[in-house]
This record gives sequence, structure tokens and C-alpha cells, in this order.
Amino acid sequence: MGLTAQSTGIGALKEMLDIKMNPVDDIVVALAGNPNTGKSTVFNSLTGLNQHTGNWTGKTVTTAQGNYRFKDKNFILVDLPGTYSLLSNSVEEEIARDFICFGNPGATVVVTDATCLERNLNLVLQILEITDKVVVCVNLMDEARRKKIQIDLNKLSELLGVPVVGTNARSGDGLEELMDAVYKVSANEISTEPVIIQYNSHTEEILQDIERKIKRYADDRINSRWVSLKLIDGEKTILNSINKYLGLDLAVQLNEEFENLRDQIVSSIVKLAESISSQVVYTQNQKHNELDRRIDDILTSKIFGIPAMIALLGVIFWITIEGANIPSDAIANVLFGIEDKLTKLFTIYNLPKWLHGVLVLGMYRTLAWVVSVMLPPMAIFFPLFTFLEDLGYLPRVAFNLDNFFKKACAHGKQALTMCMGFGCNAAGVIGCRIIDSPRERLIAVITNFFVPCNGRFPTLIAISTIFIAGTSSGKIQSVIAALTITIVIVLGVLMTLLASKILSKTVLKGIPSSFALELPPYRKPQIGRIIVRSIFDRTIFVLGRAVMVAAPAGLFIWIMANMNIKGISLLDHSAGFLEPFANLLGMDGYILMAFILGLPANEIVMPIIIMSYMAAGSMLELDNLEALRNLLISHGWTWLTAVNVMLFCLMHFPCATTLLTIRKETKSWKWTLVSFLVPTAAGITATFVVTQIVRLLGLV
Amino acid sequence: MKENIVSLDMIPCGKRAKVKELTSVGNLRRRMLDLGLIIGTIVESLRKSPSGDPTAYEIRGAVIALRSEEASKIMVELI
Ligand SMILES: Nc1nc2c(ncn2[C@@H]2O[C@H](COP(=O)(O)OP(=O)(O)OP(=O)(O)O)[C@@H](O)[C@H]2O)c(=O)[nH]1
Ligand SMILES: [Mg+2]
Repeated sequence: MGLTAQSTGIGALKEMLDIKMNPVDDIVVALAGNPNTGKSTVFNSLTGLNQHTGNWTGKTVTTAQGNYRFKDKNFILVDLPGTYSLLSNSVEEEIARDFICFGNPGATVVVTDATCLERNLNLVLQILEITDKVVVCVNLMDEARRKKIQIDLNKLSELLGVPVVGTNARSGDGLEELMDAVYKVSANEISTEPVIIQYNSHTEEILQDIERKIKRYADDRINSRWVSLKLIDGEKTILNSINKYLGLDLAVQLNEEFENLRDQIVSSIVKLAESISSQVVYTQNQKHNELDRRIDDILTSKIFGIPAMIALLGVIFWITIEGANIPSDAIANVLFGIEDKLTKLFTIYNLPKWLHGVLVLGMYRTLAWVVSVMLPPMAIFFPLFTFLEDLGYLPRVAFNLDNFFKKACAHGKQALTMCMGFGCNAAGVIGCRIIDSPRERLIAVITNFFVPCNGRFPTLIAISTIFIAGTSSGKIQSVIAALTITIVIVLGVLMTLLASKILSKTVLKGIPSSFALELPPYRKPQIGRIIVRSIFDRTIFVLGRAVMVAAPAGLFIWIMANMNIKGISLLDHSAGFLEPFANLLGMDGYILMAFILGLPANEIVMPIIIMSYMAAGSMLELDNLEALRNLLISHGWTWLTAVNVMLFCLMHFPCATTLLTIRKETKSWKWTLVSFLVPTAAGITATFVVTQIVRLLGLV
Repeated sequence: MKENIVSLDMIPCGKRAKVKELTSVGNLRRRMLDLGLIIGTIVESLRKSPSGDPTAYEIRGAVIALRSEEASKIMVELI
């Protein structure tokens, strides 16, 4: 769930791809490394910023930058997406590669995972081929210690020919030393002598031949040995990047023979990594992964895997709903108490009635409703979800669900982008970059809206609590509500699969591409940080956005409700216009209008419905959920209405921010339109069918 | 000897095998190489996902899930 001030909403649109190159005395430091090795955690610790971290591959898909000072210099740190190698496969790997190769950083820190050093060394060696200004950071030293893995850092440094620092990015151990090493490397105080990977004589021959030719064009601007290697590799995007950033016009004739050379090159690197690792890593306990395996035996087992997943989701919703009841009431009491005081104030100062209407009944009341209903569930749900993410559960979800996605001709990592959508669909859409194949990425983008984001959760929670579960009492009520929401989510997943399948059989025809998903070791979540971060970054931020949209919307609705044309308010006119269509879908004109007006932000759909009802007649004091229930019933809501509103909430047009993000990510209005139409069509169909069947059977 | 060589997806859970050949090409081959799958790499089959596919393998200290389509393009020898 990648949701920060930067990655959500409008901020998400401002891609941070083009790094502002520094003025003369700043030093740019690139943070590279395999996925999930703690790059963002190092970044946060050094800069004091809050890039989101999570225990899964591909958490960061855009670059972020921040500053830190060390001694007399200012360093600009660039957090790159994780990559296994520099031979690009997907968009985010290309970003990382281009930055290291062409961004000309003063130093590159390669963050590696101490518990999986051998694989990580692959990338280290590849980076050493490009630049000698490298510091290797062996992170997760605490996890290694826990698993009784010892690493001889001095020996490693000797073998690699660059400084090596062991760190625990969470606690900050070793970061001082890391900054020192970066300082010295960038200032040329330590001269590094990176290992040179020797290829077999045949490869070397060809390599040197090409290198000679390259040197003529590229001068010293780029490591010509490296460029030659990449040319042999035949990777077109690398060639494009070389030409683009260095203003060259290179082209290669690809030989059949090169295909073999390429394997040769990779093998040499992998073998060197293997040999280095065997000299510096001591594993005392061969069974150090035993616990992880046992947990996985349950969480991904044939029998319990999927039920456990659904049960976990249900429990999270139950805790959220049960836990949110008390603070919700308390907050509502306080906020509506303030409303009374405000009203008194208006009477004392004899302010005009319309002003009271606009400000208090229109704006303030909507705000109070949004805050008291949305704040508590978000403050509980986000930390719980982040907990699972930090633990490393999300990749297991993708593992469990992959086969379904394969059958839908989609990518297994779509499950991960779905999980990000829980936070914010715009963030989910950006997260789709972890999917390499353009076809499958598009599918993931178009169907992302089928998972309800935090803007829609409160609506679902409120309706299921007061309506579906409303008649039962006490404890049972929250269980039924949680169950309802779980069903809604499962339905959303099924719709995602169905829509993906339909898309890949029609406009996005194709076969599933390759899939390789890393299942990282479980790591102990940082409880304290989770709570603080989810409250500040997510809850407050989302609430802020809701409040910003809700206030003007409240005003707008109040004005519409109080402007009369021929004795009927503007609001009623519009609702009346939508009524016939809405009726077919088992809703009413006000509801449909609320969804349309909710385009800027889905958070305000429920408040708009309530405001229109209140404005349209009975001015209810809405100080608890019971009153809300009565209000809805007095406007003709039945359980069918509630079901339809929940269905439509799950499936309608994405909010404006998401749409703009889709446009940005796909660079196409056509696919943006498709993303608009697909969930909308699904929602209209679903509500229509449900309504007609229920009515036909005479159930309401 | 040849008879011992099977594709990785045929390896039962809990068994280890040594990579003999990669039959994939292009991007997929590259992905596999990036993960450290070269000739001679030892791979352990760990578990299947609830619906039987993909399968999780331990490759050079990391756990990687591969679909049967990918695994069938890696020829291995049981050890
Ligand atoms: N125990 C421990 N956990 C760490 C350490 N560093 C990072 N983590 C955790 O490891 C996980 C991954 O960290 P991130 O910083 O998101 O990793 P990343 O390299 O940015 O990952 P991508 O963006 O996917 O490439 C998070 O859950 C962190 O809390 C460490 O030194 N010790
Ligand atoms: Mg990251």
C-alpha cells in the first residue's frame, strides 16, 4: 500500500523521475541494490524523510531524493527502485540503471542483504563494471546475526576493492560509518580498485575489439568496456539510453554468436559472486530458514492458504469495525457539540440565517460527519494492513492467487498492485510498473479500481454496519459487518479476475508473460513506526484530502438545496432527472448524483447523500449511527438499496486523481477512457441485475 | 546419464537439483540468469501454491516463485 504525500493523489502525478541535478558543491549519491534490501530504510534514516518501506519486492517504483549533511558537504541521496541486474527488464529497472550509468552520481551506494549476499553480489559486480565510486552497504546485519550468518566485511572489501560497511538501517547502526565512507569515496580520499571481471579469452577478444571502436565516439564520458559489454548483450533499451544521454548514434549488428557470449558474461559474473561469497560468508546454522518455512507451510498450504487469507482479511475488518465504534461515537459527540455551540454563537451575534445555513449546516456538518465516520476506521485499518506488509505477507498473497491470474491471462504481481490499491488507487496504478509486460500492466491498471481504496472503505463500513448488520445486536453486528465487507472485497477480486480475463480475450489479447516473484523472509515489523507513520502519512493525509473536498462540496450542496426554481430546489431537479435511471439500478437520484459529484474524491459520496437528504426535508440532528439509519430509511432505503450502493461504490468510475494518473502512466486517453468505462459498466450491470432479480422475486 | 535430466517443474517438493541447461530465450532467459540460475546452480523445490502452480524454489539463498511455464524451461538433474 504505497501511500505517501508524494505517492498519493495529485502528488503521484509529479513523477520524480528527472532528478534535479545539483549545484556545484552538492554531491549526488545513488542508492541502488536488489529489491527489498532496505534501500528506502537507509534513505529514510539518513535524510529523515519518509519514503514508504515494505517487506516485498518492488515497493519503490519511482525515484525519490533527499538531503543530508555530513562534515562540510551536502549530499543529495537518490532512492532508486530495486533491481536484480542492470540489464533492464522493466520500467523501474531501467530507471535505476539509467541513473547509475548516466546520472553521474558522486558515489553509488549498493545496499545488499546480508542474509542473501551471494545473489546480491551479482548486482554489485555489475555496478563495479560501470563505476569505481562505489560503497557497498551490507544491510540487515541484525537479521543475519539472528540467523547465525557471519560475514567477514574486511575480506569482502578486500576482494571487491571498494569500501564495505555493515549496517542495520532500522536502528541506524553503521550509518555513521556509511556516510563517512561515502564522503571519502566521493572526495577521492579513498581510491578504490574494483575487481575486474575476467571473461574467457574469446569474449575478451570481441570485447576489446568493440571497445576500441567505442572509445572513438564516447571519449571518457562513459566506461567503454562496460558499453561494449552491453552492446554484446544486445539490449536495445540500453543502446537507446546510451544514444539519448550521450548524444551518440550507435547501432549494432547483432550476431547469433552474441547470444552465447551473453550467457558467458552472466555466468562469469555469477561465478565470481559465488566464489567471493564462499570466502566471506559463514553459515553456522544451515536450517536458519526453518521458521519461515513452517509459517509458509500454513499460510500458503493447499488447504489453509486461501481460507487463511480471507479469514485474515475478515479479522482485520472486524477489529476495524469493532474498534472504530467507540471513538466514532465519542468524536461525533464532540464535533456535534461544537455545532450546537456554533449555532448559539450565530444566534447571539444575530447573524443572518442563510450564513448559518451555509457555514454550519452546510460546511461544518459535512466536515464533522466525514471526520467522525472516517477517522477511526482508517486509524485502525492502516496500521493493521501495514503490519502485514512489513511482516512480508503480501508476496504470499500474490503466490496464493497467481494461478487465478494466470488463468485470466494476467500477471501474478497484479495481486500486489491490488493490495496497493487498498490504500489509494492512484498509488496502485503507479505500482503497476512492477509488471514488465505492457499488456499485463495495462490490464492491472484498468482493473485496479475494483479494490476499494481508503476513500471508499468508510462508505462500505458505514453502510454495512448500520444497514446490513443493523438489525442484529451488539457483538454479532460487527461480525456481520466485517463479513459483509470481506464478501465485497472478495467480489472485487473476482471482478478483477473476470475483467482481466475479458480484456485479455478482447482488446488486450495475449498470453501470460513470465513470472518470477521473490518471497522474502518474514521480518519483524516495527510496531512503533507503523503506528506513527500510518497515522501521520496515511490517516491524516487522506482525511485532509477528504476535508478539503468535503467543505466546498458541502457548500455546493447546501446552495443547490436552497436555490429554488419554480418552488423546487435545484438539488431536487437534478436528482429528479437522474431518478428514472437510478431506479433501474435500485438506487435513487440523490445517490447517483452523489457518486457523480464524488468524482474529485470518493470520500464525499456518503456525506453528499446525507446532506441532500437532510436538506431535502427533515433537518435531523445526525449525532449517531442510529439517526443515520433512520434518515436513510425515511428516504426509502431498503436492504436492496444498501446492497446496490455498496456494489456501485465498489464498481464505478475511478476518481479524478486516479484517472489523471492512469493517463500519465499509460500516456493514452484511450486507455484512460477504457479504465473509466470498465468498472462503470460492471457496476451498472451488477446493480441492474441484482435489482431486477430481487424485484422479480418480490423480495423487497 | 541423459535420462536423469528433467525439467525443473517435474522436481518433487523437498528435492534438490542442479541446473543443466536453460532452454528459454530472450527476456525470460535474462530474468533467469539475473536470479543466478546458470549451469551448475543448485535449486531446491520448496512448495507449491494452493492451486498447484506456481512453485517456490530456493535459488542461491532466496525464495523465488516460478510458474510451471518458466520452470519447464530449466533442465535439471536430480541430486
Ligand atoms: N531487521 C531489519 N529490517 C530491515 C532493515 N532494513 C530494512 N528493513 C526492513 O526490510 C523491509 C524492506 O525495506 P525497504 O527499505 O522497503 O527496501 P527497499 O530496498 O527500498 O525495497 P524496494 O523498494 O522494493 O526495492 C522493510 O520491511 C524494512 O523495515 C534492517 O537493517 N534490519
Ligand atoms: Mg524502496
